[in-house]
Amino acid sequence: MNKIDFGVGIGGENGQGIASTGNILALIFARRGLHLNAYNAYQSIIRGGHTFLTIRAGNEPALNMGDKLDVFIPLNQDAMDRHLRLLKSGACAIFDQEKVTPGEPAEGVQLCPMPMKEVTKGNKLAVNTAALGATLQLLGIESEPLETVISRQFKKKGDAIIAENVAIARAGYDYAAQNFKAFPWKAPMGPKPLGIITGNQAIAMGGAAAGVKFYAAYPMSPSTGVLMWMAAHARQLGIMVRQVEDEIGVMNMVIGAAHTGCRAMCATSGGGFALMTEAVGMSGMIETPIVCVDVQRAGPATGVPTKTEQGDLWQALGAGQGDYPRIVVVPTNQLDLFRTMPELFNLCDKYQCPGLVLSDLLISEGTASIDPDDLNFDVTIDRGELILPNGNGLNPASGYNDKTYLRYKNTESGISPRAVPGVPGHIFTAATDEHDEDGTLISDEFTNPHKRRMMVEKRARKMEGTIKEITPPELFGPKEAAVTLVGWGSTDGVIREAVEKLAGEEGIVANQLQIKWIVPLHAAEILRILKAGKHVLIIENNQSGQFARYLRSETGFEAHGHIRKYDGEPFMPHHIVEAVKQQLTRNTTLSVPVHEVIA
Amino acid sequence: MSATTEPTTTTPTAPPPARVTAPPAEPGQLTKETYRGRIHPDWCPGCGDFSVLAALQTALFELGLKPHQVCVISGIGCSSNLPGYVNTYGMHTLHGRALAVATGVKCGNHDLKVICTGGDGDGYGIGGNHFVHTMRRNVDLTYIVMDNQIYGLTTGQCSPTSVKGMKTKSTPYGSVENPINPIPMAMVGGATYVARAFSGKQKHMVEMIKGAIQHKGFSLVDVFSPCVTYNKDNTYQWFNPRIKILEEQGHDPTDFHKAMDRGYQWGEEIPIGLFWHRTDLPSLEDLEPVLHTGEGPLGFRKLGIASADAEQLVAELL
Repeated sequence: MNKIDFGVGIGGENGQGIASTGNILALIFARRGLHLNAYNAYQSIIRGGHTFLTIRAGNEPALNMGDKLDVFIPLNQDAMDRHLRLLKSGACAIFDQEKVTPGEPAEGVQLCPMPMKEVTKGNKLAVNTAALGATLQLLGIESEPLETVISRQFKKKGDAIIAENVAIARAGYDYAAQNFKAFPWKAPMGPKPLGIITGNQAIAMGGAAAGVKFYAAYPMSPSTGVLMWMAAHARQLGIMVRQVEDEIGVMNMVIGAAHTGCRAMCATSGGGFALMTEAVGMSGMIETPIVCVDVQRAGPATGVPTKTEQGDLWQALGAGQGDYPRIVVVPTNQLDLFRTMPELFNLCDKYQCPGLVLSDLLISEGTASIDPDDLNFDVTIDRGELILPNGNGLNPASGYNDKTYLRYKNTESGISPRAVPGVPGHIFTAATDEHDEDGTLISDEFTNPHKRRMMVEKRARKMEGTIKEITPPELFGPKEAAVTLVGWGSTDGVIREAVEKLAGEEGIVANQLQIKWIVPLHAAEILRILKAGKHVLIIENNQSGQFARYLRSETGFEAHGHIRKYDGEPFMPHHIVEAVKQQLTRNTTLSVPVHEVIA
Repeated sequence: MSATTEPTTTTPTAPPPARVTAPPAEPGQLTKETYRGRIHPDWCPGCGDFSVLAALQTALFELGLKPHQVCVISGIGCSSNLPGYVNTYGMHTLHGRALAVATGVKCGNHDLKVICTGGDGDGYGIGGNHFVHTMRRNVDLTYIVMDNQIYGLTTGQCSPTSVKGMKTKSTPYGSVENPINPIPMAMVGGATYVARAFSGKQKHMVEMIKGAIQHKGFSLVDVFSPCVTYNKDNTYQWFNPRIKILEEQGHDPTDFHKAMDRGYQWGEEIPIGLFWHRTDLPSLEDLEPVLHTGEGPLGFRKLGIASADAEQLVAELL
């Protein structure tokens, strides 16, 4: 089958129902078996402003939002003015002819004005629905799936609303059939129906699969979707969900719950994570494992709450005072977020340390198609050396003053068997002060440099075990390449596509090294790969090159050049392709692509 | 009123600072010794906190609570060292965070008796936000605040309960701020058991703590626990003649307005005792259906998602 891949853009102001319109369209494509990737560029405003949602779909995996639009639906004049100039030959623009005046489009762009008042019979709220009908017609998709999805989406609003919207969708469909020219290609069908998932849903579902029993949060964009999923499913899944007074309280509460044996987690964004960091250190010090997700947004401070960035790497690396082992992982897409959560919980339980996940607005709020068979909830659960009263093989001693149990026993692996409150015979006090093997403080009266060193080293040794359980990164693409693109986390998809475009359209052989596990880092393996690279470029969504600096600090490796974007919007494939071409001519070692879409 | 008035009960003195071995207890048999921690407190001799520790240990013994069924959680400060001195499960958390951690502990294992201990700076200063919100949630835990109206561990600075005008190392010309009055604050904050005790009245304190532990919901026991080293104003000698026991004065702890009036009393007569008590409000755990499925504490439950649930979660995405 030929690769067919198309983009639909919907622009307007917040409050015009753009997100739900996009959701309907995404569901239709996914049910058709198409892969898709959707990204909503919006502003921190409930009504008004400018929102632009892009859905890219096709019969091959859609790794990012892509470069081009085939269907453009401007719901207001502002959207038309901003985006029409970016349409290329073959694309079309569907709009309300009474409300929106088109500018001068490029040659070959089809303007599709619709008399919306007539098509919707005066229902101003249903303009989107009529435009969706027209879109499907142009894409060669029948109107039935739209009617099914509308019925599902408007279920709560009652039969009358459903019937009205279905009729309007059909009217839009018919109007397009009579008045516009359909695309010369048809939206293909995939082999089996797919679903759609956001990264925040994937984080929550991955946590649920891992067996999370306690979830706490303070609402903060763009992480709030995790809280909403957890709250909606709490009773069904037996998860206690609390909204807490602030993120300091969140992390401390999560640690308290985890201390009793629960798997406990929280999600926030950079500002909330900043408040949590002292307590992250407590998790490290008392060796009570927790998992925390920082869904990065553009910072610092309040920053740009609805825009994406990879700006919290050093915050995660340096969270909390002092030295202590932690795991930092940066999943690369929605499915990876789902799969990483149970894996990370196992590592944290086993090594009794905090686990930090860096997601970002791009993949957390972005929607991707998902094969239902990939969502495996039957995951391996390894709780390490946990002592629960109902037993996991270790026998609790009898008596109330059991001194044979050492909660912080100095072992070769650094891992000490962990009893939880409620277990007879294992009484101890978990202290954030430095403590001896039995938990006694060695911070005041019994301060002892030898013991202090022993305990620091005991905790640190746990990382030696952790790294052996983490998969080293692998090179994607040909071994021999003119350029090696290095990324971390959510840029995986867009870099991968850039690698393919460079080979296909530019004749430049490129390969890619995407880093997911940040701490511990497979430094030796990474260095071996990068040393063999002819021209290594590091690509990241921040200004200062946070990952480049980290890589240099851990490996001594200095890249040949950098591609950085810090305008709040994600990379598009052509940004990387053009920057690579620029850098290969050796004119620069730093490219900062310009985001054309929102001028 | 004489400045030389002796305390009406003896002030406990500090034993020598050395590691001691807890005596062997017969499995299953509780004695007062059962609750003695691994080490002796390193508080200053004469510190009011000795009395609070002894009262807590007595209360635990008299209530017949087994050490593994209790978790004592503190923040940071002199008094927050207490969990290490009592033989129960303990957590010595971060400055100001005891109540947040304790809420998590109580949610994770609602079978545990959760007792928070700490000082006035820890609870009413840096931990003020958690104090307010833990009360309104009516989490079933007991909060014992050893209120000495001074920062001791940092060697004598002004605290949120320092009396206006008090000269400390951080307020050499006298504090200009109004102090927090924890009793009315707890009452309007939603605490359902609000009591005050005094380190010089240990027997009375035992009763206040026992009542607090038995109460279902958030209970506060604010204890005047004099700092003999840094607070030269609010000493045993200062408190002794002023302290009046509510229980001896026929106070009705279900009368909100009377309780507020008594809570505001300060000066020549300072009441201690149970100010406010209501038993008609459910606690946070009572209201959480997830905890009442008959599967025991969350922390001990089996992990994993039933396949029917998993199928439904996936179906929502289609």
